[in-house]
Amino acid sequence: MRTFAIMKRVLTEMIRDKRSLALMFLAPILVLWLMSVIFTANSTTNVEVGTVGVTSSVSTNLDQVKHVTVHHYTNEANAKKAMKDDKIDAIIHKTDNDYSLTYANTDSSKTSAVKMAFKSALTQTNIDQMKSQLGVAQKTIGKLQATLPVQAQRQLQSQMPTQKKATTPQITNHYVYGDSSTGFFDKMLPVLMGFFVFFFVFLISGMALLKERTSGTLSRLLATSVRRSEIVFGYMASYGILAIFQTILIVMATIWLLGVEVVGSVISIIVINLILALVALAFGILLSTFANSEFQMMQFIPILIIPQIFFSGIIPMDSMASWIQDISYIIPIKYSGDAVTGIMMQGKSLFSFGLDIGVLLIFLVVLTFLNVRGLKRYRKV
Amino acid sequence: MADAIIDLKHLVKRFGKQTVLKDVNLAVMPKQIVGLIGPSGAGKSTVIKTALGMEVADGGSATVFGQVMPNRKLLSRIGYMAQTDALYDSLSGRENLKFFAQMKGIKKSEIKISIDHVAKVVDLQDDLDKRVSGYSGGMMRRLSLSIALLGNPELLVLDEPTVGIDPALRRQIWRELGSIRDEGRSILITTHVMDEAELTDKVALLLGGKVIAFDEPVVLKTQYRVDSIEDVFLKAEGELQ
Repeated sequence: MRTFAIMKRVLTEMIRDKRSLALMFLAPILVLWLMSVIFTANSTTNVEVGTVGVTSSVSTNLDQVKHVTVHHYTNEANAKKAMKDDKIDAIIHKTDNDYSLTYANTDSSKTSAVKMAFKSALTQTNIDQMKSQLGVAQKTIGKLQATLPVQAQRQLQSQMPTQKKATTPQITNHYVYGDSSTGFFDKMLPVLMGFFVFFFVFLISGMALLKERTSGTLSRLLATSVRRSEIVFGYMASYGILAIFQTILIVMATIWLLGVEVVGSVISIIVINLILALVALAFGILLSTFANSEFQMMQFIPILIIPQIFFSGIIPMDSMASWIQDISYIIPIKYSGDAVTGIMMQGKSLFSFGLDIGVLLIFLVVLTFLNVRGLKRYRKV
Repeated sequence: MADAIIDLKHLVKRFGKQTVLKDVNLAVMPKQIVGLIGPSGAGKSTVIKTALGMEVADGGSATVFGQVMPNRKLLSRIGYMAQTDALYDSLSGRENLKFFAQMKGIKKSEIKISIDHVAKVVDLQDDLDKRVSGYSGGMMRRLSLSIALLGNPELLVLDEPTVGIDPALRRQIWRELGSIRDEGRSILITTHVMDEAELTDKVALLLGGKVIAFDEPVVLKTQYRVDSIEDVFLKAEGELQ
């Protein structure tokens, strides 16, 4: 009864605060949209390569590589000048039989693109040379065969396996998830979604409780016979409802606006994010007791919220030092990210993430317990 | 003699190294308005918070309705008004009242009657549906007081209730406090306004962490041989230094 009344009051206050509401619902969509635009546009890199003294066969092959344009220069000085003027990203200089490559290296993705393109161009050239040599050899064999006696020719033909026509193998790409345009952004999305839910619920609930404390309404509330747990549960119920709507909106926006494919069940994603939101709420309420002003609450963002992104799985953890990987076990977003990634990209069921959900629930129970205990600071029973 | 509603005995309260209350003895009897006066920083709010169980005494005992505080259930029989207005700005006056009525555990059927009654006492009937953010300072103070009055609690604990309230309304409020007392309920009130102290049944003078005088205003005035409680206050303060 009291829990319900507190929930109703918190929701009413929130609905009347239009700006915070807009922040909670529109800001994540704006940022997600911006990120999708930025990361998608960056997926192809166009490079300009300058060549000095490179044989025409190599430079033609290089020019045929996608997103690579070749410019010829008569000497190295001209090429270097062009690089200085930002016209080319790399110089390939051939002296005798060796190649020397100079990269502008202002953009590492361009450098690696040139390296790849040059390698494949060289390989292509080698193959061409081998092919033409093979052709010469075959002609010579033909001529030799013609000089043999007829009987020997027949014998040879029956013994020799029919030569298959040399064909280039066809490569067809199949994608288990998404299509050829699936990129970094799609990998980040499940984690980002969790991050937004976590961040905004943390901030707004923390601020709300801080305000309740500084304005004295918390003391007044505690001067009635309300239970401490009823206050915490009332807050959890109201922010739980808010988080459901926020998650639905973010999921819908990612599906319809950004065109991201969700293989698994949308409801499972909402369930995970709801649990995460409750963890964020409990975390926000707990930390708000350590802040004396809104600004002090903001100070937790760079210290406790931003670092979570790095351990959350946006950046692949496999390549990191093992002690960093160990830190990720205490990051709630990691668990929701793992689960939502599995549901969204592999279509796994909610029940296959029992461990992730279990850990999130442990976070929730411990933090909630601490909050109920923590209110003892303001009333001793 | 009836049992005391609030009974504070040898109360000691420390915050860190600072001892705010050294030895506070105070009793509020049924049908009594007790005024607690003292300079700012004397620990008036601490006395109240300990009586309500927000703080635990480091020594001595605090009992309310014969039971040792802190005690959550007893709080539903107490109406408390803090020094700060402590209202939800984005809610209307009525929503604030309704919310706190629910928190106090007042029966659903009685909530509306109770709200209408307390709004009338503080003269806010016409403004109940406005948002608190649009209230004047005095209106907020009155709404805050009306919240404490909700549900006819047997004991009212009011921390500076009449700050920022104009004289006419202050009189009206004191009349209401008088009739609450006449109904047999008790009131503990802190105040800065000395002529208000004259209206109480008993005045406790809190100085240096002790209640240095606790008696009827008339008795105190004769004891200190002065004409007003204000002079009692000044004289007592002077004697202590």
